[in-house]
Amino acid sequence: MRDVTETMVGFARTLRAAGGPADPQRVQTMLEAVGHLDVLDPGDVYWAGRLALCAGPADIERYDRCFAAYFSGATPRPGRKAPPVVVRRAASPRPGDGEGGDGRALRSAASSTVEVLRDRDVGRLTAAERAEVARLIAVLDAGAEHRPSRRFAPAPGGRIDPARTVRETLRRGGEIAPLRRTRRTRPRRVVIIVDVSGSMSPYADALLRFAHAAARSGGRGVEVFSAGTRLTRLTRELRFRDPDAAMAAASAAIPDWSGGTRLGEELEEFLDRFGQRGLARGAIVVVASDGWERGDAALLGEQMARLRRLAHRVIWANPHRARPGYAPLTAGMAAALPHVDDFTSGHSLGALAALAHLIKGRPHARRPR
Amino acid sequence: MGHTGLNAASPDELAGLLERHAYLTDDGLATACFLALRMGRPLFLEGEAGVGKTELAKTLARVLGAPLIRLQCHEGLDASQALYDWDFPRQLLHLRAAEAAGVADVARLEGELYDRRFLLARPLLQALETSPSVLLVDEVDRADDEFEAFLLEVLSDFTITVPELGTIRAEAPPVVVVTSNRTREVHDALKRRCLYHWLEHPSFEREVAIIRRRLPDAAERLAGRVARAAQRLRERDLLKPPGVAETIDWTEALVALGARDLDPGTAAVTLGAVLKYREDQQRVLAGGLDALLGGA
Repeated sequence: MRDVTETMVGFARTLRAAGGPADPQRVQTMLEAVGHLDVLDPGDVYWAGRLALCAGPADIERYDRCFAAYFSGATPRPGRKAPPVVVRRAASPRPGDGEGGDGRALRSAASSTVEVLRDRDVGRLTAAERAEVARLIAVLDAGAEHRPSRRFAPAPGGRIDPARTVRETLRRGGEIAPLRRTRRTRPRRVVIIVDVSGSMSPYADALLRFAHAAARSGGRGVEVFSAGTRLTRLTRELRFRDPDAAMAAASAAIPDWSGGTRLGEELEEFLDRFGQRGLARGAIVVVASDGWERGDAALLGEQMARLRRLAHRVIWANPHRARPGYAPLTAGMAAALPHVDDFTSGHSLGALAALAHLIKGRPHARRPR
Repeated sequence: MGHTGLNAASPDELAGLLERHAYLTDDGLATACFLALRMGRPLFLEGEAGVGKTELAKTLARVLGAPLIRLQCHEGLDASQALYDWDFPRQLLHLRAAEAAGVADVARLEGELYDRRFLLARPLLQALETSPSVLLVDEVDRADDEFEAFLLEVLSDFTITVPELGTIRAEAPPVVVVTSNRTREVHDALKRRCLYHWLEHPSFEREVAIIRRRLPDAAERLAGRVARAAQRLRERDLLKPPGVAETIDWTEALVALGARDLDPGTAAVTLGAVLKYREDQQRVLAGGLDALLGGA
């Protein structure tokens, strides 16, 4: 029979292989915990491991599976296999490459492609153009508008800072020199909800890449969700620095690519689980969808009204808006529009750059209210 | 590392002690508390609002006979509100008094200014200086992530360094309970220091037992009906499903009205005790209270 430490470490390895957070420090904690309990009691061993080796409710199900598999002697079956993802590495045309030999001509061609690609609909690009656009999206600066923080910073003007003034006064032996302070600012939270349903499939990749660029510039203040038939939180997946790795992780996490749309329900779930608890409060919320709602449009309207009450600003990006003769006639879009601060398109590189400006708080396409 | 004031030899015994103070636990929670006390590790509790995270810290304090020190987190919480602050007005007063008395020894006077008596202890420092004590860091997800960094420092070494004064070390580390409502992911580094436990809503039987234990005046039938209705409400699609705290409030309201049973009439007038959103109340009333209360 193997000894306790070996058995437990083996179990931790199994859990780590399945994707659980079983780092050395946690394993140490587990071993210590087992030491305080009865090693021969399966319940005690279960709890010692679960208290040490889980970091969230999502980990618990995996933990249970691994525990059952490991301690019954069977090998754990691998987790849900991620759908194969085709990752196209964005390549910029390099001088000296390919058919032509004239580097200078190619370089000037590259700068003019940016101009050409800028206003092209991303749904109608060739594979090479798409890769080029993906590379350009990745370098968009999509930082968020700032809001006043609770904290203060020294400033030449503003209100008097009592603590600093008293400290300075003590230092000067009683001579009062008033020091001033103003509120610091912090970037607002940005929440991006990308519709990945069938009707949005030409644009979903570009919009997710945009969300990735925003997450890269905005850090931890940016939250990304995908919506379709199931709401999926993608914030963690998009934390990969490399855009292609982030896209691959996001595709693996989204269970409902190119399915239907039940945006009203999704939004309700978002608001119940995340928004109302604080995620949407004072945030800039971007909904990227064409508003082709299969569910109840009235519910969508109701939830948009709720979102508007919570959020600082609600931006709706509808790629179909750029089509000539577009009018927001679909029931979902018509229901949502009264509760939207900015209605924009996001169908091309230029439109995504405009969306980034909107998030930054420089109005580009402000709709009269 | 262990804590003073604990005389439970096993999780079951600790569960018994907690029960004597009107807090009913299951195996997982009892083991979590037991290990937190034995290993001197913070206990990180997550779960829906109202499942009894804060209440657990309060009960642990009663079981250990130790004071509960609470740090309620909020956005913008900083060191001067959580750790310590210098009492500037008193320092100034001291300076003026010394001036009036004509103190000549300037070096000593300056040394006196940064004395412990001019240091205002905020919750974290207070918890290190009070032994034994239970420190409740409530809703840590509401604080900024910068705050977690120095919380981590305090929770891993149980020391606080005041530059002017030196390092203050806890005689015996306090029992720490950290709670979160999961409005954002808390840093992994902090979680790694802790024992993690996810609190679920209690089962029907346990909820009845909790109500009976907290409100001995409630008739058994009433407790059963209220618990059943609460379980059904949690299955509904509500903005805020009721937690145990709401169930107890509801029962208390019904007991105050002298109800011995839960019928649609009394339920309708007391619904505000269990559902705190107008939309939720409307949804439940539209679905019919009979459906909610039907059956045993």
